[in-house]
Amino acid sequence: MRDDVPPAAAHAPASSGAPAELWASVPWRAVARTVFPFVVVGGLWEVVARSGIFPPRLFPPLEEVAETFVRLTAAGILPHHAFETVVRLMAGFGMGAVVGVALGIIMGRSRRAEDIFLPLVSIGAPIPGLAYAPLFLLWFGLGNVGAVILVGFVSAFPIILNSWTGVKAVKEIWIRAAQVMGANDRRLFRQVILPGALPYILTGLRLGLAQAWRILVAVEMLAAVPWGLGWMIFGAREFLNTDVMLAGIVVIGAIGLALEKLVFQRLEQFTVVRWGMITS
Amino acid sequence: MNASGQRARSARRAVFTLAVAAALYELMARSGLFPAALVPTVPTVASTLTAMLLDGTMLRHAAYTIYRLLSGLGLAIAVGLPLGILMGRFRAVEHFFLPLVSVLMPIPSLAWVPVFILWFGIGNTTTILIVFYAATFPMLLNAWTGVRSVNPLWLRAAGAMGARGQVLFWKVIIPGASPFIITGLRQAVLRAWIAVVGAEIIAASAWGLGWVIYDAKEFLNADVMLASLAVIGGIGFLFERLVLGSVERATILRWGMVQTAKS
Repeated sequence: MRDDVPPAAAHAPASSGAPAELWASVPWRAVARTVFPFVVVGGLWEVVARSGIFPPRLFPPLEEVAETFVRLTAAGILPHHAFETVVRLMAGFGMGAVVGVALGIIMGRSRRAEDIFLPLVSIGAPIPGLAYAPLFLLWFGLGNVGAVILVGFVSAFPIILNSWTGVKAVKEIWIRAAQVMGANDRRLFRQVILPGALPYILTGLRLGLAQAWRILVAVEMLAAVPWGLGWMIFGAREFLNTDVMLAGIVVIGAIGLALEKLVFQRLEQFTVVRWGMITS
Repeated sequence: MNASGQRARSARRAVFTLAVAAALYELMARSGLFPAALVPTVPTVASTLTAMLLDGTMLRHAAYTIYRLLSGLGLAIAVGLPLGILMGRFRAVEHFFLPLVSVLMPIPSLAWVPVFILWFGIGNTTTILIVFYAATFPMLLNAWTGVRSVNPLWLRAAGAMGARGQVLFWKVIIPGASPFIITGLRQAVLRAWIAVVGAEIIAASAWGLGWVIYDAKEFLNADVMLASLAVIGGIGFLFERLVLGSVERATILRWGMVQTAKS
């Protein structure tokens, strides 16, 4: 059907010394292929922006967005917003991850815990995170506390559900085989159940982080925090600063991408892929 | 203990847990530690919910939300599914769209709300487009992955038996990719549901479950908020169980693509 040779994998970091060799080792074809769609879309954007169909205030040309981006970055405003947002994300997600993984594993191992917590989780999970936001803001006040607690609360649900599924999905035969070979409960847990459930737990963490990120940006718009990317784009709306909003969205996208690529793919490479639980 | 006894015990325990949780909440609400406006008692919430259901406002809010949800979701399926399948089948399509998708996907849909408000104004258009943005990517990525991960052995077997083009596509590739496509649909519904409520909260309109919650905050009507949350949870739950569950039973479970989870 199709040849599945990854285009970039052929370029191992060769023993290069001369810059010319380095230059030659860049996979130009792959780079061109990746850049091409952006050139097309960017060109279309530029044509629409310059055609005057929409007011330039609402649909700024790309160089204006880039200029705003550089200006805000140089002034330290954009990094400050981004920093506060990331700190909030880490605090909220950290809480959600610890509680979620622990609760999920307990639910997977004990029937009683499952019966007790599953109804609560199944009721809470289908409610969109942001729907809780007004309630949490009312209870915990506007500002950081409400936002961080909400992020933790919302990100805990996928983590709980995936950890629970993961523990339950560990093959019965592995457990029995380990028991036959004399593994006690502790070793059974650490060497069979945990590695067996890890792909699911990592999926849960990944989903939880993605959820936390989406909720955080939105809740920053509502929670009246003084700094934060969500607040920045929401505030810019009042002044019709579309360029500021788009610059903020670029940063939001970059952080989201970095979380996904740098944090989770790395983690997955080092654990489940290495153990042969899944192929990358 | 046999399976039905097991299930009955789980159900009993579930009811018990919920009763205990409700009792704890009631105790907290009545203790007077928190202002009654912020932590209303369960009967207050129930009577607010009944009143809103009876005079039809809640139904109207829900109808607006569901209309926006389904419009956005329909658009997302109409765009995401064919594009994902094309990306899985044709290299050129994949090379063009994959970089764009990878760049757009990490941007939370709700981050676009302020921009979309400026572009399209407050109201249905903005909300529907936000839902569309949120639901397209899971649909597209899962269709793409599904088509690529069809077991090559099946393709070769079907090819050896003389299946070509159309037949191969409808009889092998689509059923083979269906678990992923159904998963994609599930995720899309989930995302869409999150997006529609979020967009309604931020891009306030006048009707919609998200809007009513946010509006109630202004007047400290925690009972209205909790009642709306209950309706939102109920709709989400029904959608998940009835619609997606039956789609799954009618397709991939019947085709034997996945086993029913043993419980």
